[in-house]
Amino acid sequence: MRFFKDAWRLYYDGFKNMGPVGKKLWLIILIKLFIMFAILRLFFFPDVMKTEFSSDRERSEHIINEITNP
Amino acid sequence: MEEALVDWSRAQFALTAIYHWLFVPLTLGLSFIMAIMETIYVKTGNIRWKKTTQFWMTLFGINFAIGVATGIILEFEFGTNWSNYSWFVGDIFGAPLAIEGIMAFFLESAFLAVMFFGWERVSKKFHLTATWLVALGSNLSALWILVANAWMQHPVGMSFNPDTARNEMGDFWDVLFNPTAIDKFLHTISSGYVIGSLFVIGISAWYILKNRHIKFARHSMLVGAIFGIVSSLFIVLTGDSSGHHVARTQPMKLAAMEGLYKGKEGANLVAFGVLNPDKEVHNDEEAFHFKISIPRLLSLLAERDMDAYVPGMEDLVYGNDQYNIPSTQSRMAKGQKALKALKKYNEASKAQNDSLAALHIGTFEDNYRHMGYGYFEEPEETVPPVGLTFYSFHFMVILGFYFVLLFALVIWSHLNDTLVKKRYLLKMALWSIPLGYLASILGWVVSEVGRQPWTIQDLLPVSISTSHLNAANVQFTFWLFAGIFTILLIAEVSIMTRQIKTGPN
Repeated sequence: MRFFKDAWRLYYDGFKNMGPVGKKLWLIILIKLFIMFAILRLFFFPDVMKTEFSSDRERSEHIINEITNP
Repeated sequence: MEEALVDWSRAQFALTAIYHWLFVPLTLGLSFIMAIMETIYVKTGNIRWKKTTQFWMTLFGINFAIGVATGIILEFEFGTNWSNYSWFVGDIFGAPLAIEGIMAFFLESAFLAVMFFGWERVSKKFHLTATWLVALGSNLSALWILVANAWMQHPVGMSFNPDTARNEMGDFWDVLFNPTAIDKFLHTISSGYVIGSLFVIGISAWYILKNRHIKFARHSMLVGAIFGIVSSLFIVLTGDSSGHHVARTQPMKLAAMEGLYKGKEGANLVAFGVLNPDKEVHNDEEAFHFKISIPRLLSLLAERDMDAYVPGMEDLVYGNDQYNIPSTQSRMAKGQKALKALKKYNEASKAQNDSLAALHIGTFEDNYRHMGYGYFEEPEETVPPVGLTFYSFHFMVILGFYFVLLFALVIWSHLNDTLVKKRYLLKMALWSIPLGYLASILGWVVSEVGRQPWTIQDLLPVSISTSHLNAANVQFTFWLFAGIFTILLIAEVSIMTRQIKTGPN
């Protein structure tokens, strides 16, 4: 129990006392993750096999067709 | 598949990988340099080493934060642009990448917090352990993606399931201990160590040139240069081992790296040369306008025998009966046989005709290792871009030896106490930082351009690997990425520069 308490304090105090460079870097990380997952992934990079086919059987048939009828 | 689509998909992947690779190697190298510096601090108790460690740790943190997750975009591209390929490789990539995710999370994230936040909260030894574990974790997480890449260059430990059109892992240890993977991992991470070392000696040299923090800079330079020279010499060994394996598994790549068109016993290694751009495998032009060669060294490096035969591109394309090298044409016929058999097997399976399915699957399995050749129309399509591969390889090697010399000069000058006076050497060190990145990227160009036209060696060419997308969409996201990554790079350089100007105090 004490281990978890100490670990929590480590993170809590670390973030609380973080200098301006650290805060700026976290801001960049958060903006970057937002752009990557909320914009790029959602609007530009769908998983083609998941969105266009509903089962693994359909996916397999599609790929067999693709590789045997180039 | 539409040529523009394939080209834009490749360009996008190359752009993303190159930008991602601008961040990764510094993390790999600097993490170990920090750990060495902190070890000196713990051993000596000298507070100067603590401050030195903390300064480089701040720069490590900036690079880590800006670069983190840039590799995920590559996975987005697998799913969108390269869906045929992603499905085909399936399970081979799943396991290594899952392990990478778990290791990166537990080893890096957990101990990274101790490393940055724990200086005054945990014991010196525990903190040192955390720093070493961050270094090990970063390097081990690189292992898994390199294992996956190595599998594409030399596919082992798997079997193709003709019902699902996916490769399934037969032996995890074969995939992990694939000789190509071992060489690739060691060669790649040590290139990161060299970049880390060049970064440390370059920034330190800048301080000396500016007459600031001289003692800190000299100590940092010594650690950086010693780590750098050991890593550089190790790169020579792993590069030699890589070349030896490439000769076995990707002889066409080796021939392109050396501009070797006609095979030879006792083949020479081209130390420096200017290729004739008009030379093709099917004409009689001279391969080089000019070259300086080292006699019989290529045979020695490739086959461990100075008199051994090293096949050239013409032998690999048109075959060579004397040395039992099959022609690409014969492999194309086998590849077509494999593709036809796979198609008929699936038709027979659907019709529940088991005996016919068994007959076709036998033919397919007999010819499977040539399957990718079945997609080509001309045997010459199997030749990679020779100029790009050759020059990238040779510039990389020249830079590699230049780094050994640079590190040696820095160590020598440090020991003679003349380092501070040698302004030319300090300037060389400073301007060598971008050369480290250049050498590393050239290495990737050799690896990836040299294996064209394959995404998976001998099994799947690039032209069959992409999804059916609109080339204009891929072109748009190419420029989108170029913009985002350039902004990230500018952010990295400006935050880093400000921190460097502030200095270790």
